[in-house]
Amino acid sequence: MSTDTPDATAEDVPSRAELAARVEELEQSLAEATDEDDEKKMSIIATKGTLDMAYPPLILASTAAAFGYDVTVFHTFWGLDILHEERSKNLKLSSVGNPNMPVPNAVAAIPGMDRVTTKMMEKKIADNDTATIEELFETSLDMGVEFQACQMTIELMGYDEDDFYDGVTTGVGAATALQDMADADIQLLV
Amino acid sequence: MSAEYDITEQLDVKGASCPMPVVKTKSAIDDLGKDEILEVIATDAGSMSDIDGWASGTDGVELVEQEEGDGVYRHYVRKTE
Repeated sequence: MSTDTPDATAEDVPSRAELAARVEELEQSLAEATDEDDEKKMSIIATKGTLDMAYPPLILASTAAAFGYDVTVFHTFWGLDILHEERSKNLKLSSVGNPNMPVPNAVAAIPGMDRVTTKMMEKKIADNDTATIEELFETSLDMGVEFQACQMTIELMGYDEDDFYDGVTTGVGAATALQDMADADIQLLV
Repeated sequence: MSAEYDITEQLDVKGASCPMPVVKTKSAIDDLGKDEILEVIATDAGSMSDIDGWASGTDGVELVEQEEGDGVYRHYVRKTE
């Protein structure tokens, strides 16, 4: 003889009107939740400024924009060079510390070797019809990707806000990046 | 070229490599109307998987067909909305 189930009294049973109101409330929260899901977001933090490491954030940003993602790329430290009008044209490939390079580290460390390996890489990029960094940046910008330049590192690196391409957002910091990451479906640190 | 559907626009991305075939397909499809079909002609072998993946992950587009021959990859994408 169980006492677990109390007798349902008239007061415990919700009225038809109460149930209808509750259903409406739930339908509304469901609609809101579904709406938020419609807007796909991606947040990338770009910290590297070598020729090879400039590619992944830009390739993923432009591709995500093609998928309909709302994309933000937050550039900090050497990643700022990708957005820097002059420096972006001279991104270098480091020949030291990369065991996949065709030259041993002892040779790679010789002054001027970075220039040689960069030229080699640039030739490969041209021969292979791979998009240039500038092309990927322009395409991404056209597709609505937001490029942000971290204010603290702009000052740390001795850059000026005017050094960056038109369309780049300056005056942003870690809190802005964190907020973007919190809202995003995909977060990447490159 | 298949005769089962009419092609509205052609996009030639021969020579271009990742991510350009997908990125340019997206831009070209934006200019089309509902139910119109874009033919994308590429030489990037990765475009077979990439355009398929892009079409499945993107609202408002449908991959109708893909053909491969003589190092050329043809993709037929319909705009559905």
